[in-house]
Amino acid sequence: MIRLSIPLRQALAKLTLPVLIALAFGLMLLGKADVLLAERMRVALADALAPIWGVLAEPLGKVRVVVDEVRHAVTLYEDNARLRAENDTLRRWQSVALALDAENAVLKANLRWVPDPTPSYVTARVVADAGGVYARAVLLSLGPNHHTTKGQIALDERGLVGRVTEIGSRSARVLLITDLNSRVPVTLERSRGRAMLAGTNGARPRLMYWPEGVMPVEGERVVTSAEANAFPAGLPVGVVRYSASHVPEVEPDARLDRLEVVRLFEYGLHDLAPPELSVPRQVERRR
Amino acid sequence: MAARRGFPLVVTVLLVLLAAAPFGLSGQPQIQFAMALASVFFWSLFRPASMPPLMVFGLGVVVDLLGYAPLGTNVVILLALHAVATAGRRFLARGGFMVIWLAFALLAAAAAGLQWLLTALLTLRLLPVLPAVFAALLAAGLYPLLAVPFARAQRSLAEPERA
Repeated sequence: MIRLSIPLRQALAKLTLPVLIALAFGLMLLGKADVLLAERMRVALADALAPIWGVLAEPLGKVRVVVDEVRHAVTLYEDNARLRAENDTLRRWQSVALALDAENAVLKANLRWVPDPTPSYVTARVVADAGGVYARAVLLSLGPNHHTTKGQIALDERGLVGRVTEIGSRSARVLLITDLNSRVPVTLERSRGRAMLAGTNGARPRLMYWPEGVMPVEGERVVTSAEANAFPAGLPVGVVRYSASHVPEVEPDARLDRLEVVRLFEYGLHDLAPPELSVPRQVERRR
Repeated sequence: MAARRGFPLVVTVLLVLLAAAPFGLSGQPQIQFAMALASVFFWSLFRPASMPPLMVFGLGVVVDLLGYAPLGTNVVILLALHAVATAGRRFLARGGFMVIWLAFALLAAAAAGLQWLLTALLTLRLLPVLPAVFAALLAAGLYPLLAVPFARAQRSLAEPERA
């Protein structure tokens, strides 16, 4: 270690803070100029931390199960009554669904319908909340030899969760449909009107750009649309709800606030090449 | 000795990482931000030797990367907080807990406002104000919960003289 005189050392100590603040602003500019650098650093950190969070998620899950069990025990009586009523309704719906399914099969057979290919999927555990104050995302822990790619679609057991935006060797980040940057092309199920679902960072994303003459109806189901080839058509997204200020919003089907396991579907949709791939491709074309 | 010196940094990093674990709480990102603010403020005030600017810088980078904030925003915020806390040490240390808490609440509000402003500038869009208000309130509310065990640790575990 270099021995410095005391006044010099004090002067250096005083200088550290301003220099570091200047460096922080430099970092801001660097992050803005080179988006990939920040992304790579994030992926590296997430990869390193995913196993730790994975270990942590295990006892946390157990605690949550116990809490849920206690809560259920308290509301057992009401739950039972509600479930009985719900079961009766569902039984009626089941017969309707079976009849419709049979009718659908007959119609498809008559029309020589080409069936959609069955998508392949992998299931992954949510190990961390990868959002920030101004971002909504989750981090998934994946095995070391996963074949997950950017743009894959994440669903939980109830509906659309979001899309994979960043991939590491052991982790993947899924941008939720509630994130400020999320835009999902959707179809209003009753009117078949197309609209855009824009995240607001709040619990309910907002509906935008529905066609003239069509109004989203309270309680109407919203599904994805195949427009822009980013999503397959017909994935359940949520239900239209009007906010207090009369803005149509969508209450997501997926339980975005308590995601534990999500399925990543590969539909073979490639709408936009990621930025780092588009540059070499252009170079190849020029040759 | 080194372990006692490093205690504040280790605890802060652990708190920030723990706040990202899937508890299923709403507003968890705000908790993470609040943890970082409270921890940096407390240790800058009571044990600046264990929370030097360079560590604050590193901590800011970690918070930025974990919280998907534009790179550098939390670094600036935490460094500014550190600067204010170390500059106001004499005055604040003389005042009691309530004075420190009030000062922290005001600084947390300023920090949340600065975060809102920097993020809006760097992403070039108008952001909702509510998350910033929530973050400031949460930080103010969390401070006593962290400061009490920290103060206890400061006198026992993190005391370099006791090694």
